[in-house]
Amino acid sequence: MLSRLVKALALVTLVALLYVGFTRESRPATTDGRVHITYWEKWTGFEGEAMHAVVDEFNRSQDRVYVEVLAISQVNQKTLLAAAGGVPPDVAGLWADNISAYADKQALLPLDDYLRQAGLTRDHYIPCYWDICEYEGHMYALPSAPHSLAIHWNKAMFREAGLDPERPPRTLEELGHYTELLTRRDESGRLVQMGFMPSYPGWWNWAWGYYFGGTLWDGRDTITADSPENIRAYEWVQSYSKKYGATDLQLFQSGFANWSSPQDPFLSGRVAMVLQGVWLGNYIDKYSPGMEWGAAPWPYPADHPEFADVTSVASDILCIPAGAKHPDEAFEFIAFVNSQKGMELLNLGQRKHSPLAEVSDEFIAAHPNPYIQVFIDVAKQGRTFSNPKLPIWSEYGNEMNAAFDSIWLQQTTPEEALSSVTARMQGRLDRALLERSRREGSL
Amino acid sequence: MKGLSRREMWAGLAFVSPWIVGLGVFLLYPILASLYYSFCDYSVFREARPIGAANYVDLASDKLFWKSLLNTLYFAALSVPLGLILALALALLLNSGVRGLTIYRTIFFLPALVPMVALAVLWLWIFNGEYGVLNSALSSLGVPAPGWLTDPAWSKPALVLLSMWGVGYAMVIFLAGLQDVPVHLYEAADLDGASWLHKIRHVTLPMVSPVILFNGIMGIIGSLQYFAIPYIMTPNGQPARSAYFYAMYLYDNAFLYLKMGYASAMAWILFLIILCLTLLSLRLASRYVHYEGG
Repeated sequence: MLSRLVKALALVTLVALLYVGFTRESRPATTDGRVHITYWEKWTGFEGEAMHAVVDEFNRSQDRVYVEVLAISQVNQKTLLAAAGGVPPDVAGLWADNISAYADKQALLPLDDYLRQAGLTRDHYIPCYWDICEYEGHMYALPSAPHSLAIHWNKAMFREAGLDPERPPRTLEELGHYTELLTRRDESGRLVQMGFMPSYPGWWNWAWGYYFGGTLWDGRDTITADSPENIRAYEWVQSYSKKYGATDLQLFQSGFANWSSPQDPFLSGRVAMVLQGVWLGNYIDKYSPGMEWGAAPWPYPADHPEFADVTSVASDILCIPAGAKHPDEAFEFIAFVNSQKGMELLNLGQRKHSPLAEVSDEFIAAHPNPYIQVFIDVAKQGRTFSNPKLPIWSEYGNEMNAAFDSIWLQQTTPEEALSSVTARMQGRLDRALLERSRREGSL
Repeated sequence: MKGLSRREMWAGLAFVSPWIVGLGVFLLYPILASLYYSFCDYSVFREARPIGAANYVDLASDKLFWKSLLNTLYFAALSVPLGLILALALALLLNSGVRGLTIYRTIFFLPALVPMVALAVLWLWIFNGEYGVLNSALSSLGVPAPGWLTDPAWSKPALVLLSMWGVGYAMVIFLAGLQDVPVHLYEAADLDGASWLHKIRHVTLPMVSPVILFNGIMGIIGSLQYFAIPYIMTPNGQPARSAYFYAMYLYDNAFLYLKMGYASAMAWILFLIILCLTLLSLRLASRYVHYEGG
């Protein structure tokens, strides 16, 4: 009697454990008759609220689909692993630079058919923001909140240094000259103020070559990190740490705190000029509300005026992970966000610009960033770049950042550092291409 | 009788079944799977493709693999002995008959309870080159203050220094070991006219040598898998990968680059390294470690 009870108990335990272990999360039947879709988004704070407002608007606008938003940290990695496990969200708010790696792994659903049906084309967008969602001839996402970069300068510091506060540097040579005038040391020789330093904020350390006409990849099978243009760019980077002293700069930089805080060196008036995204205006308002500042296109090398207005562009994106249960409804939501109304609601709230070609006058008039037109113009003029669309980009980017460090710290010459990156990543690319042709051959 | 023992067996199995299932599903299967995947090209999204020992061959010529391994060994070689010495020294002080032992013991142990992430964020501020409390202390003493986490020469020493924060665990274990040393040994040494140093050298150290061995092995295992703190404090091993550790490269390969096969191979190499170091310690131990009554 007892024996049977124990056996039954053991069996029940096992089954329960296996059930918990192996069943997939099952959605409770909806009582409202609507299809509920899940949407993972990275943002919290005011950016998150702006997205919530768009979601609420969508949920109100119709009665068939209901979007549930969930704020997720490290949303890109978690989406990828959830897709691998077969339980992805229906919509994921990732970054454009995830697309190549994720699409290459077939973790994202191509949107081409949906786009055709919805009549959405490249013409509706500022072209660069459409293009960054494309990989190997297919569209894998649509942009949500995009950004371009511009030089931001502190007008009060300009005035103090005897510079015209309304005139930002137009060439890199001017930038260097301004930096001389804007840099200060204390009695002991320690740096207390810098005009500009290429290592701050450090998010685009891989990208300096593009402002000199360089690229990191030829678009086919060659890594070009050690091209003459790139070497020139990183010689320019190194000229700063040569001139002001790598050790002095390190010590100066070691005092920088989190950029989204009042101790950020630009917000606290210790660095006068910085290449930053459209969001910097928000942080100035929040942490340094009295600051007089301006934003303008990034300076170009004086001997290459054709590189004027070059900017890095990137975007938050909305995509449908492979294996999503409600792709049709997911696209319906994505298309809603990509309507002019949705985009302007979102990007006014997030204080960025709309990726769409058409923008209402009210959007520009109501926009809290006084320089929003600068960011729109540099994105529109066409000399934009973004990270190379390579499945190995995340590793390549890390290599470039490490190479930047050793160049900046005067450990190696730009040529040495960049050719070692090229050699390593060329091997990786060859391997990836071989793997792809092997895969396509076997299909 | 036979029926009863059989019934007992079933009952026993029923009671341990959560553990058996847990061990099988969450430990044994992943371990064996990682061994298999280490011989595969596996990106999670596609079927694993066996490629023989290619991952291991590639690792041998991967400069970053060697750099991360050397960084890790450097860290372990400094932090393990320093941690042992500091923990033992604290335990000896506490064992010297101070009043309020329990209070001091708690105070020294408390830091070890701070969660890793909080610890990392706290020390980011302590090491801050301009506003950090460490550098204000140093400069008030007139010592030149390094940039710690922004200087490739100082990033690893900084992390070694930080690791001393957690000596409380080892200290408590040492203290228990010290309190187990029979008093009559010290009395005998006193009668023979042994000095304080002699007693430490000839009584205390031999008697706590098994504890030193235990703490040493735990230290080696922990420091070779060093991950959470540098992952937060020195992302991508910056500056210039001077603080890029083995487990960080393993993690990046697995979850950032999705090269699960490559990462599995790294995991198994790390396992073999730890195994060898542990066996080496045990070999040395047979010469130096004294087991009471053994």
